Amino acid sequence: MAERLLSVEGLRVEFKTRDGIAKVIDNLSISLDTGETLGIVGESGCGKSMTALSIMGLVPIPPGRIAGGRILLDGEDLLQANEQRMREVRGNEISMIFQEPMTSLNPVYSIGNQIAETARLHEGLSRADAMARALEMLQAVGIPAAEKRIHEYPHQMSGGMRQRVMIAMALACKPRVLIADEPTTALDVTVQAQIFDLLNDLKEKTGTAIIMITHDMGAIAEMAQRVVVMYAGRIIEQAGVTQILTDPRHPYTQGLIRCVPHLTRNPTVERPPLLEIPGVVPALSQLGSGCAFAPRCPYADAKCRAEMPPSRAVDSGHDVACWLTEREAAA
Amino acid sequence: MSDDDDILLDVAHLKVYFRLPRKNIFAKASRVHAVDDVSFQIKRGTTLGIVGESGSGKTTTAMAVMRLTPITSGAMRLGDTDLAALEGEDLRHARTRMQIIFQDPYSSLNPRVRAGAIVREPMDLMNIGDPADREGRVADLFRKVGLRPEQQALFPHQFSGGQRQRIGVARALATQPELVVCDEPVSALDVAIQAQILNLLRSLQDEFGLTYLFISHDLGVVQYMCDEIAVMYLGQIVEYADRISLFTEPLHPYTWALLSAVPSADPATRARADRIRLQGDPPSPIDLPPGCRFSSRCPFAEARCVQETPPLRSIRPGHAVACHLVSDDGVPPQRRS
Ligand SMILES: Nc1ncnc2c1ncn2[C@@H]1O[C@H](COP(=O)(O)OP(=O)(O)O)[C@@H](O)[C@H]1O
Ligand SMILES: Nc1ncnc2c1ncn2[C@@H]1O[C@H](COP(=O)(O)OP(=O)(O)O)[C@@H](O)[C@H]1O
Ligand code: SF4
Ligand code: SF4
Ligand SMILES: [Mg+2]
Ligand SMILES: [Mg+2]
Repeated sequence: MAERLLSVEGLRVEFKTRDGIAKVIDNLSISLDTGETLGIVGESGCGKSMTALSIMGLVPIPPGRIAGGRILLDGEDLLQANEQRMREVRGNEISMIFQEPMTSLNPVYSIGNQIAETARLHEGLSRADAMARALEMLQAVGIPAAEKRIHEYPHQMSGGMRQRVMIAMALACKPRVLIADEPTTALDVTVQAQIFDLLNDLKEKTGTAIIMITHDMGAIAEMAQRVVVMYAGRIIEQAGVTQILTDPRHPYTQGLIRCVPHLTRNPTVERPPLLEIPGVVPALSQLGSGCAFAPRCPYADAKCRAEMPPSRAVDSGHDVACWLTEREAAA
Repeated sequence: MSDDDDILLDVAHLKVYFRLPRKNIFAKASRVHAVDDVSFQIKRGTTLGIVGESGSGKTTTAMAVMRLTPITSGAMRLGDTDLAALEGEDLRHARTRMQIIFQDPYSSLNPRVRAGAIVREPMDLMNIGDPADREGRVADLFRKVGLRPEQQALFPHQFSGGQRQRIGVARALATQPELVVCDEPVSALDVAIQAQILNLLRSLQDEFGLTYLFISHDLGVVQYMCDEIAVMYLGQIVEYADRISLFTEPLHPYTWALLSAVPSADPATRARADRIRLQGDPPSPIDLPPGCRFSSRCPFAEARCVQETPPLRSIRPGHAVACHLVSDDGVPPQRRS
């Protein structure tokens, strides 16, 4: 059986804002096995990045505060670890790639130097060996003419090339968990496909577990085995990827899948309007005591507006937080 | 063609080259071939889509049509008007007939101007209708795009991204244009908000008989919005077809590669054995490769492809392709192996 590599239990993150305390992450639990990809989906502002930053120990404190929970890496609670230990974890065990690689690459060093430096810290290689390793990494992530490009600076490269460099750096420290936060949002589909192949390859070869954050259900389908859907800081549905795509139970998940004009190879002449999720994600400071999705939900009733629905298992490995499923279960 | 009067926008052999500053006085002057001999026609009341990777020349095409960038050569007609030749007052008048909606609803609205004034501005500038009626018309536009008339008093930052794009749409409709150019109008929006704006654009098209030039890199969005589609690669149209033909029978290897790169929620599509992966990025639009511009990334390229430029030729009515290896009866290389 696969090892339970990472588990987040009952995580709560709060931010102090002008309007009071915002519960940015509210009672979030996820787990991840070696060699597995977990997808996290949801609209902007739902807490996907903050979940990632919590795992990395990078939540800005203050104004943020970890209000509760545990983050266990091989049983070690990272929320109790000191800053030095977290630096080690980030250098060796968990790495993260961001949507805009420019913000995480250093503009004044050549990309070769940056990757070599990571490899040197990680494995104590000599300078020459580290440069050789950097070259190997650049080739592994499909950078053409890597021996020339190794001397280039981040601004000389295209967005796709920079994202590959980020992945090469992430590879250089051979992480056990790789968190990819919307890694292809700014890229063309052709380049996105290359990046996805690369990540899948990496996972197969090294068993690195991946947390893939995205708003694209298609990307989830290609990459993930399990999916967590977030809304307003909470998990509202969690299941295997096939279950999520073929049998979504939460009205928000259903909406997210149906509101997208999915590309089909057999289009019909008829083009019915897309289903819409009306309105927008609420400000966290405006959340009442009920279901956060109620203002946008076609099924909302008085109970939904008054009381937060608990999460319930509707099937093995399929959890949903919605009063509809509660009602069905009772009927 | 018999239905010529139905054509609202007719673009022929459009070229837009950008001259780059020389690196030093001895260096050769270089040019970016952003749009390089592009021709298309849009029937009144329909939508033509342009798809392609970033840098393929989609925005430059849009800016040329809007006369917002100088054109190097080519002809453009809007109905009976020779768009390319217009200057001064005539150009100003023609501008009322075409409007553009941009990708970024954040930077395209002046942060210091109230939403109502933003929507009214084109009417004042181009002197549309009786000034006394404009107020009522702005309120009406707000309702049409799904905003409340009392929101006119708010500033752009007080709206969400989707609402800002609605303001952009209302502003574009203020002059009662015939042609609306939409350049990636939903790319900056959250998925759930995209559906709201796409549905809005389609219902406005029905209501006002609008003609759209719709630019997007998202093939699902293009499939939903467009009647005809032009696929661009490095400044040229490589395939041009109606919506059904393009997606059921893509002919150009590049179109096929684009379609196979789109991640799919459908397991059957994902399992297709004929999906291919392109390597690398498109070559530079400055030093163009000889022959077919796609040859450096095309899995089927042969000697001829790097020597001769394939012309855009019609395979059947309404479906044209620029590839040497598509046979005259419409069998593309990806279907042969
Ligand atoms: N520094 C901060 N101060 C206050 N609130 C913040 C801060 N950073 C993020 N947030 C809030 O946390 C919530 C979750 O944000 P984020 O995790 O970035 O969402 P996502 O990645 O899903 O788009 C949002 O409502 C955001 O406004
Ligand atoms: N003002 C300009 N000066 C020089 N090059 C430009 C200018 N505008 C666009 N380009 C270049 O023209 C090509 C086409 O750009 P663009 O029309 O923006 O493509 P797309 O919208 O398809 O991404 C690109 O190589 C781009 O860098
Ligand atoms: S609990 Fe009620 S409001 Fe919330 S998603 Fe379910 S049905 Fe809709
Ligand atoms: S002309 Fe040749 S290189 Fe170009 S797309 Fe066709 S097969 Fe490929
Ligand atoms: Mg985020
Ligand atoms: Mg563009």
